[in-house]
Amino acid sequence: MSYTLDFSAVIERLPELLLASLATIGLALAGMSLATVIGVLGVIARRSRFKLLRGLVIGFVEAIRNTPFLVQIFFIFFALPQIGVRLNPTVTAIIALALNGGAYAIEIIRGGVDAIPKGQVEAGLALGLHRGQIFRHIILKPALRTVYPSLTSQFVMLTLTTSVCTSIAAYELTSVAQKIEADTFRSFEVYFTITLIYLVISSLMMGVFGLISRISFSYPVK
Amino acid sequence: MASIGFNELFFLAQGLKWTLALTLIGFVGGGIFGLLVALARTAEITWLRRVTAGYIAIFQGTPLLMQLFVVYYGVALVGLNIDAWLAVAIAFTLHASAYLGEIWRGGIQAVPKGQTEAAKALGLHYASTIKDVILPQAFKISLPATIGFLVQLIKGTSLAAIVGFVELSRAGQIVSNQTFRPLTVFALVGLAYFLICWPLSLWGARTERRLQTAAR
Repeated sequence: MSYTLDFSAVIERLPELLLASLATIGLALAGMSLATVIGVLGVIARRSRFKLLRGLVIGFVEAIRNTPFLVQIFFIFFALPQIGVRLNPTVTAIIALALNGGAYAIEIIRGGVDAIPKGQVEAGLALGLHRGQIFRHIILKPALRTVYPSLTSQFVMLTLTTSVCTSIAAYELTSVAQKIEADTFRSFEVYFTITLIYLVISSLMMGVFGLISRISFSYPVK
Repeated sequence: MASIGFNELFFLAQGLKWTLALTLIGFVGGGIFGLLVALARTAEITWLRRVTAGYIAIFQGTPLLMQLFVVYYGVALVGLNIDAWLAVAIAFTLHASAYLGEIWRGGIQAVPKGQTEAAKALGLHYASTIKDVILPQAFKISLPATIGFLVQLIKGTSLAAIVGFVELSRAGQIVSNQTFRPLTVFALVGLAYFLICWPLSLWGARTERRLQTAAR
């Protein structure tokens, strides 16, 4: 028995896939934005005077970075209802992506912050800037600029990770693909097509990140 | 509510065994092919470099889950009637070869050019230059990233659960459905992954620090 490839069933449902692609991009953007916020707040907390707070952040980062995303999303979706927290799949997906991306963002941004020479902060103090101003202008901004390449490649990874959200049936590209597969039995054709769509999405994202970097970091380094 | 007894723990342990087996196969197979990818990526032949660059870009630009699906259904398509777990193992091997190839490419290119030139001046042929001069230094440089990828691969094997393969995560899902204790079960499963990955992460961070000190 030989199998003939037939993409017609997939092409027929391309509009559905394109709409789901937008959902995937939406999940990714929501995850990235929240991850950046968590990243910055986490770095501030890690520099805090309170040992407990610092310990909590380190614990959070290590716990997230050393367990699979699938287990994290299962934990939020299936285990939290047991203690009374019930979330719908999309909200769960965004929270899971934000926490996961956030842990990596904390590590990445921290690396950039640590690379700021101490003299810069002292210069800020000498100029009479207060703590908030020093953190914002002297530490955070240059640090974000330094870590921009690693942070954005982490965000592309986050975008690819959204496919795992199909495991809790959140609405995104992979879950729609699985639905089409169940309807048409054209497994290979469906997954091959959406693999290409993911490739396009991640390439586009890298292009946009590169463009943003060229526009907003165009001022001279030193 | 059923309780989690010896049987459930044994079932999870079985899943853990498959997680480790998949990781091992992916890492060893990916290591062998990854070495070829890295060498082709740094070869002097232009088309070889381009082909491997494309190979790496495809695997780094698509979700691991899709790679699993495409290989899983793809091997059946080309008429290979193989076990599900072999299909999954092939997918992880390909995935790992692309990532390790890219990591080791970086390592190879970080070896100063003078080393290759010195080897040439000494009259060493290609194989010896690579094996005795370049690779030992390249591996040392790329060790932290290699360990980092190993952790990523261990976590990545959890996605085999979505294509229906019973490893640790899928085992956890099954036990959770049977016992109605998702909190305990997923905490246990997460802890198991953590206990495997964390020491590796610490080791990776340590080798990275040592490398930075050595470079200074």
